[in-house]
Amino acid sequence: MSETPIVQVRHLQKQFGAGCPHCLDKESVYLEKNYCTSCGTVHAVRDVSFDLYPGEVLGIVGESGSGKSTMLQGLYFDGDMTAGEVYINQPGLAGHNVLTLSSQQKRYIRNNVYGMVYQNPVHGLKMNFSSIGNIAEKMIAAGNRHVGSMEKRGEELLKNVHIPLRRRKEEPQNFSGGMQQRVQIAKALSNNPPILFLDEVTTGLDLSVQASVLDLIKQIQRELQISMVVVSHDLAVIRMLADRSIVMLNGEIIENGLTDQILEDPQHEYTQQLVYSLL
Amino acid sequence: MMTKPHFAFFDEGSKKEIRRTALKAVAIPGYQVPFASREMPIARGWGTGGLQLTLSLIGRSDVLKVIDQGADESVNAVSIKKLVQHTTGVSITEDTAAANIIQSRHRIPEKELREDQILILQVPNPEPLRKVEAREYLTKRMHAEDDYSGAWLLLFEQIMKYGRMSTGAEHPVYVNGRYVMTPSPIPRFDNPKMHQSKALILLGAGREKKIFAVPPYTDVKSMAFDDYPFAVESFEGKSCKLCGSTDVFLDEIIDPDTGERSYQCNDTSFCIEQLNKKEKEEVENSYV
Repeated sequence: MSETPIVQVRHLQKQFGAGCPHCLDKESVYLEKNYCTSCGTVHAVRDVSFDLYPGEVLGIVGESGSGKSTMLQGLYFDGDMTAGEVYINQPGLAGHNVLTLSSQQKRYIRNNVYGMVYQNPVHGLKMNFSSIGNIAEKMIAAGNRHVGSMEKRGEELLKNVHIPLRRRKEEPQNFSGGMQQRVQIAKALSNNPPILFLDEVTTGLDLSVQASVLDLIKQIQRELQISMVVVSHDLAVIRMLADRSIVMLNGEIIENGLTDQILEDPQHEYTQQLVYSLL
Repeated sequence: MMTKPHFAFFDEGSKKEIRRTALKAVAIPGYQVPFASREMPIARGWGTGGLQLTLSLIGRSDVLKVIDQGADESVNAVSIKKLVQHTTGVSITEDTAAANIIQSRHRIPEKELREDQILILQVPNPEPLRKVEAREYLTKRMHAEDDYSGAWLLLFEQIMKYGRMSTGAEHPVYVNGRYVMTPSPIPRFDNPKMHQSKALILLGAGREKKIFAVPPYTDVKSMAFDDYPFAVESFEGKSCKLCGSTDVFLDEIIDPDTGERSYQCNDTSFCIEQLNKKEKEEVENSYV
């Protein structure tokens, strides 16, 4: 594994509300979890820093409302962050805090460097456009103007995610949830992005479909050496996919380390509770 | 009591606002400039955008031609002509060359326009990205950021479904290499006429409250993929049954009794001109 991280996240901060002197301190008595009882501000992400290395899978666990998704949205530019820095070690981007780039540059990163799989396929797909069109959209956005090559790549990807080619021109709205999720994965992979974000990809899928989606992600990761950030509240998913994990609670990182280590020997009280409640 | 209508229907303030909008549209080729669309004596969506442009620009010495689907005599064209003439008293013509303001729906005349002419097109749906994004504030942002992947995606979908780009009209174009514009519902056949046009082309959408423009001698490029080039409708081997013209946009006419197909010029004034020319030649020859 290479020594230089592909993504560096530093002091990421997201708050809903203006904040007040009472909630500046993390240990303040005015704070009820991450909610300030004095001014009503919610501190969704508090001072989060981590590195993502090339080819590694980083798991992010935490209960609902712990700030996992908000942080991921911030990284993918779906939502603005209040403060913090993100550096991507890619040609032309190194040394720039990508959060401060223009929206065109952010769009370039989304189309060329990032891939995103949302929990709900409605957010990642155009439900009334053909599956192959959905996959092509990302390639078009990245500047491809050759129908033949996009069609070929789309078919290749659909085959990879086990969607029968005869259904390639069908709209994802006719597909089952698991199939929609697989189309989303194919779309996210279309430009061979070095970085892939997965937000609760298996939540809401039945067990056998979950297993096949996870299998697929694992296989893609092995073959393409993509760096991934996997957000999930499901420890089983994290255990299967992630090399290294971060545990979040109330917007903060409370524990991080090798996934096995965290699961075998949790240090923080909350992590212990989380691990022991695993069936 | 009957009061005399104001010249060109509108008060001067309204005309000034519309002219100002048109000037801004000329300054930013292909960009949809919002304007306060006026109430008109015809329903919105029936050519009010074009009509407002015509009324704001027309002067006493102008000569007006109005076309609807290529024809000078169809109901819409006649009604619009009547309204403009009633409120201005300008002369009306069917001869493309004689007019200096041409308001049109669905066609650009076959005869090449000149620098001293203005073509005004009526536009029902000015937004080329509407089918991919319903929200106006987002399409505006996409235009601002030069994000036209949605327009490309629509064409890609057509190729996937039908094996070719199947736009019957409104095939999107890049204007001056920057803004993507819907060229009003003209057939693809007319798209190349916009490229480096000598005449100013103004497009007005009354219901959607937008005015945009292609200034004279501006590049207009129809969108096309590398391996699926842009092509106009082909009328190969067909000609007008009345005047015999080829290389024009033809209407297909099916005889309801026999089921027989025939073709004739869609641009009626062009067809009549050809017929008159032919007749003149025949008459001249018969006296020799």
